[in-house]
Amino acid sequence: MAVMTYLEAGRRALEEEMRRDPRVWALGEDLGRGGVFGQYKGLQETFGPARIVDTPISEAAIMGAAVGAAMVGTRPVVEMRFADFALCAVDELVNQAAKARYMFGGQGRVPLVVRQPSGMWRSSAAQHSQSLEAWYAHIPGLVVVCPATPADNHGLLAAAIRCDDPVVYMEHKDLWGLEGEVPEGAEPTALGKARRVRAGGDITIVTWSKMVHVAAEAAAMLERDGIAADLIDLRTIWPWDREMVLGSAGTTRRCLVVHEAVQAGGFGAEIAATVAEELGVKVKRLGAPRLPVPYAPPLEEACKIAPERIVAAAREML
Amino acid sequence: MTRPNFDAARMLGHYRTMSRIRAFEEAAEAGQKSGEVRGAVHLSIGQEAIASGVCVNLAAADYIVSTHRGHGHSIAKGADVGAMMAELYGKAGGTCRGKGGSMHIADFTIGMLGANGVVGAGIPIAAGAAHAVKLRGGGEVVVCFFGDGAMNRGPFLEGLNWARIYDLPILFVCEDNGFAATTRTRSLSGGRGPDARAESLGIPAMEIDGNDVQLVDETASGLLSAIRAGGGPRFLLCRTYRLKGHTAHDTAPYRPASEVEERRRHDPILKCREALLLHGVPAAELERVEAEAKAEVGSAVETARRMPWPDQSIAWEDVQDVGAAQWR
Ligand SMILES: Cc1ncc(C[n+]2csc(CCOP(=O)(O)OP(=O)(O)O)c2C)c(N)n1
Repeated sequence: MAVMTYLEAGRRALEEEMRRDPRVWALGEDLGRGGVFGQYKGLQETFGPARIVDTPISEAAIMGAAVGAAMVGTRPVVEMRFADFALCAVDELVNQAAKARYMFGGQGRVPLVVRQPSGMWRSSAAQHSQSLEAWYAHIPGLVVVCPATPADNHGLLAAAIRCDDPVVYMEHKDLWGLEGEVPEGAEPTALGKARRVRAGGDITIVTWSKMVHVAAEAAAMLERDGIAADLIDLRTIWPWDREMVLGSAGTTRRCLVVHEAVQAGGFGAEIAATVAEELGVKVKRLGAPRLPVPYAPPLEEACKIAPERIVAAAREML
Repeated sequence: MTRPNFDAARMLGHYRTMSRIRAFEEAAEAGQKSGEVRGAVHLSIGQEAIASGVCVNLAAADYIVSTHRGHGHSIAKGADVGAMMAELYGKAGGTCRGKGGSMHIADFTIGMLGANGVVGAGIPIAAGAAHAVKLRGGGEVVVCFFGDGAMNRGPFLEGLNWARIYDLPILFVCEDNGFAATTRTRSLSGGRGPDARAESLGIPAMEIDGNDVQLVDETASGLLSAIRAGGGPRFLLCRTYRLKGHTAHDTAPYRPASEVEERRRHDPILKCREALLLHGVPAAELERVEAEAKAEVGSAVETARRMPWPDQSIAWEDVQDVGAAQWR
């Protein structure tokens, strides 16, 4: 075990995978200088500019080139800087990467990872704050991962790089500095498996990414009132761990889904609907209002979910 | 007028390739009219010399990336005509098991990395394939085919710049047939043309008559040699004309019949035929080649017709590995 930040855990995972597999390489803007957040620090010195590639500001070409390079046997890790900029490469991701294997009848595997730093962070406003995981979960062919802890940013990134499918990998910008234990020499974390953050029999709370930590605070508050939440960190948005979620909700008979993304059309709706269809139990969603993320802190607060709101929502369901 | 460097055997090879493409396209058109070939079908009738002239210079290990108008490129690169026709018919034995159709024909076994339903999308993909070749120190080259309409999409700028800055082994082949769907491309394009745009990015560009297969062959050969020698990307603009509509259903009412008639006289197969006759290849030989091409395609159609539909179970295959059995 070593204690490190979420950012360092991701950096290590890439470094280890690049050492393990010479087919792995990374491309994106400003990677040679460590990437905009420092997630690539030192890697170009270690692996050289041919494997840690500084690219022009050409998101479509970054994604498109990764698709072509993946098709002919390399394993690119694409850095999009901010999830918001990945929207300049949606054709390449959605029409090309996600479709190639299927529409070519099994030819054309596209083993790439596209890292899309997401979420609200330091008043970044409308074009640098979005959480768009539900969009990609909607696309057959893509795997969508939202790590919440340093251990997961290590284990899940390693798994994403080893995966033969295109993986949308959404790190939360507000978690970069979060410290936690990361097991050394561990196997990659299985994609598609959720993590039980704390066990409880009164209400199921399903969440992911940064909201795992907010929901954990809420669960602690509920516990003080004698309410035991079964808190699930989904980790992988697609495929999502139906077994754990349905198993838990079947016991607690209540399922609250919490996410930072806009609630309307968010992935919480998918989970809530499935739980209601399969089990007929009480469901509820908590997400952001359907607003562009505003700049000034008190305005930005309008989009955020505080632990108190999770507590209130949980109480309403009991 | 006889031509210098005329290699009768090589030209006869082009005549064969172009005749096979033409026969395939005519069968695809007929299949679309009969309703057996579904979806959008874009014919390359009149543009065959570009596919043949470029691809004859490629080895099996080299790659091509194609467009919505990709049948000719695939055939010239060596794809199996029977499997291609089966794909158009949506049958189990198609190149893509009936999951792609005309616009998504691919054959990775011969380095054909796919047609594409999105204009211009192949350009960065081709650049990426070339990037991977360079990364692993391989000697292959990549040819990226696209139409004149693609020059107005962002990936054209991004992909060409990419190939230049990383010095990639790639030949960009722009087939300028004058039209982007039903509109004359020139009327909607600023500047001097796609070759000028390539040059502005530092990529040496040439413009040639794309209906002259010998010229396409010789020019591509020179450019590919330069690329193989480590010279970085090259750009080849081939002037041509789309003798049919944009799709097999399009009667092209937006252009005068006289224009098409005039262009028919520059049909690349006709020009190749004239050159071969002039250099003493007997007409009977040419007729035999044409007859063989038609017979090959005819039997491909018959086989495709008789072939079973894909089993519906394959609709659930090849989506993804992780969560492969999770549909909801
Ligand atoms: C991004 C995108 N926009 C529009 C279309 C519709 N479309 C298909 S082919 C075509 C014309 C393309 O012209 P060009 O690139 O010159 O190729 P050509 O059809 O002449 O071979 C258009 C507009 C598309 N497939 N993709």
